[in-house]
Amino acid sequence: MAGVARAGRRGIPVLRSSFWVGLAGVLVVLIVLEGVARLELLSSTWFPPVTVVFETLGDLLGTTELWANVGWTLQGWGAGLALAAALAIPIGMLIGSFEPAYRAVRVVIEFLRPIPSVALIPAAVLLFGTNSLSMKVFLVAFAAFWPILFQALYGVQDVSPGVKESARAYGLGPGARFVRIVLPSTLAYVATGVRISSAIALILTVTAELVVGADGLGRAIIVAQTSVQIPAMYAYIAVTGALGWALNAAFQAGEARLLHWHPAQREEVRA
Amino acid sequence: MTAGGGAVRGRTYQALLLALEITVPALLLVAYAIWAAAAESFYFPPLGEIGERFAELWFAERLTDDVLPSLRRLAMGYLLCVVVGIGAGLVLGAFRLVQQAVQPFAEFLRALPAVALIPFGILVFGARGDSMKIFIILVGAVWPILLNTIDGVRGVDRGLLEMARAYSVGRWGRIRDVVIPAALPRMVAGMRTSLSIAIILMVVSEMVASSNGVGYFVLESQRRFAIADMWAGIVLLGIIGYLANLLFVQTERRILRWHRESKGASL
Amino acid sequence: MSSETVLEVGGLAKSYSSRTGTTEAIGDVSFDVARGEFVCVVGPSGCGKTTLLKCLAGLLEPTSGEVRLDGEPVRRPPPNMGFVPQDYTNSMLPWLRVDKNVTFPLRHKGVGAARRAELADETLRIVGLSEFARHYPWQLSGGMQQRVAIARALAYEPEILLMDEPFASVDAQTRGDLEDLLLDVWDRYGVTTVFVTHDIDESVYLADRVIVLSARPSKVQRVLPVDLPRPRDQITTKELGEFTKLRTEVVRTIRQTGSRAVSGTGGHRSR
Repeated sequence: MAGVARAGRRGIPVLRSSFWVGLAGVLVVLIVLEGVARLELLSSTWFPPVTVVFETLGDLLGTTELWANVGWTLQGWGAGLALAAALAIPIGMLIGSFEPAYRAVRVVIEFLRPIPSVALIPAAVLLFGTNSLSMKVFLVAFAAFWPILFQALYGVQDVSPGVKESARAYGLGPGARFVRIVLPSTLAYVATGVRISSAIALILTVTAELVVGADGLGRAIIVAQTSVQIPAMYAYIAVTGALGWALNAAFQAGEARLLHWHPAQREEVRA
Repeated sequence: MTAGGGAVRGRTYQALLLALEITVPALLLVAYAIWAAAAESFYFPPLGEIGERFAELWFAERLTDDVLPSLRRLAMGYLLCVVVGIGAGLVLGAFRLVQQAVQPFAEFLRALPAVALIPFGILVFGARGDSMKIFIILVGAVWPILLNTIDGVRGVDRGLLEMARAYSVGRWGRIRDVVIPAALPRMVAGMRTSLSIAIILMVVSEMVASSNGVGYFVLESQRRFAIADMWAGIVLLGIIGYLANLLFVQTERRILRWHRESKGASL
Repeated sequence: MSSETVLEVGGLAKSYSSRTGTTEAIGDVSFDVARGEFVCVVGPSGCGKTTLLKCLAGLLEPTSGEVRLDGEPVRRPPPNMGFVPQDYTNSMLPWLRVDKNVTFPLRHKGVGAARRAELADETLRIVGLSEFARHYPWQLSGGMQQRVAIARALAYEPEILLMDEPFASVDAQTRGDLEDLLLDVWDRYGVTTVFVTHDIDESVYLADRVIVLSARPSKVQRVLPVDLPRPRDQITTKELGEFTKLRTEVVRTIRQTGSRAVSGTGGHRSR
């Protein structure tokens, strides 16, 4: 209890000062990198000055090429994540609330889940071809499926029996109970699952582009590297990082809005 | 869990569940075997063929040529993640200002899909050697450990630290015997996430730039259209993933027994 | 009582500065404690009792004035001091069994394993927890955990024992038992004790002298010698007219400080 109060009281001023300290940290690192490149401490072919990278990035931002790459990556990410959610939420809720269903698929889940999703890249290429959206979507959906599945499963099981019983006492029918009680409670968990899956989905999208050569940011990075356009390579890496950061921030904000009612955001591991 | 498990039909019900648990996967396997035999699909060879290739490949010289290099890279990269993540996490958790200064960079690198750094790794370390793969595993998989360690250190009860200080326990003693054990549950949670990321990065880095390793082998088999080989490799990666996780969970159970039980007891 | 002074507190003041300004917790506090004496410090809620104790313990540095233990100024926690904090749950290391919690400070003091085991046995027997030595602290009740904290302080073989409202969060029955246990231990070891509490009955029941603090910034309002016969007893001691007179005196003194935040009854639990 005391810990929460302490953090709450300190919250705002720390946020403010930490912003400036963080900014200072970023500036120091950028200046050091610039200095290293300018003084030729490391080969400037491989480590161009930060200013040159930013210049290249500025140029690229004006091209359709960069935005097309961002678009392709987002497409694979979005379609795969959507497919994963569309499958994982109903399945998770079903096996979470109906034990025979859970027991029937448990072994299959235990067998499939540990397969590193990237191991399926060759199989996906074989089935869907190298430069197809379905290849990406298959890989992304396979990887993004599991966190959402398990969150949906926990979410359904976490509806407190007390709440269910009092709802029954107030005369809510099974349908109303599902919509008014089970669904919102599960949604809280699913939101967390989708956020975790979003990061995984982006990794898989970029991997598919990088390894197989499907259009998108991953391919742009490796093409820039092999054609020795090193500043462009760094610029694309920066754009990929920014995209990852923005998606995560958007999901976090969405989750916070969605779950403002949820008692004490569950203790969650930072992944 | 189920409300329907009354005393009368409890036993039959449990037996039914067990039967479901065994028969459904078995039926799926049988169905696949029958279908694969009948369809003679090029992409989905019969199970027997995959099993045969699996035994031929992984119990012969491929074991030392591909499997061991992969495991070596994984072990070294992951070990480095643990050492760097916990070491840096302890320092950053203790010094708030340093932590704030590096926070934006850490957030950025965490959000960056680590595979995007593979081309950079190739530039710096070259494509062939292990160092590139180990580097990629480090920069990709260190974040869950680092951030969880920072959180863990921050969350250490001040009462515990004050008690230790009141009894003249020195700074190093407090870190070793109070801060680290108290933060351990968070560290371990981070290490678990980190392990699965490390396996992914091991596979991808071998696919992109390597001349051996299981990741390399799987992709190469697909390019040679050696489909049974490819599936045998995928199954092996699944087994590696499964065993790594199993090993982890077993270790965690032993180390964090107090944590699991104290949570139950405090309710 | 011997009149040799162990602890001298001279002109002690402590203020905190924060964004909103400076808070004066302790205005000017001076008192001495003789060897073997049992001193209770009482005062209205929020009068800086805990701050005072932390200054005595060397955990906080006073803004001005000083604390001397055996004539030596206290700048860090002295090695011959035992400390029992207010909140038992925050002072037990949950990953160590009870006996290891007791000997935890000893390991860092460089006491050998054999001697540590001996001290754990002895002190746990004294606090009546011999059979719980191999339990984990979270398997024990609050009162039992606080006994472990007392055993830990005793095993440290201190010259002086500082206790910060140690019984504030246990139920009334347990509190009475713990008070008697503490008096027994004090009698047996002859250890000088400074005991901070907001409970007036408790202070009169336990102490040789009661030091009454004023509201913040705290000063010593009054020092009352308690000449009740020892050994004391929860029923017969509290029936004595002298006991009633003393506690009325304390209540009156605290009322005079302008704060009504403290009740005269033993049941007060506000923190």
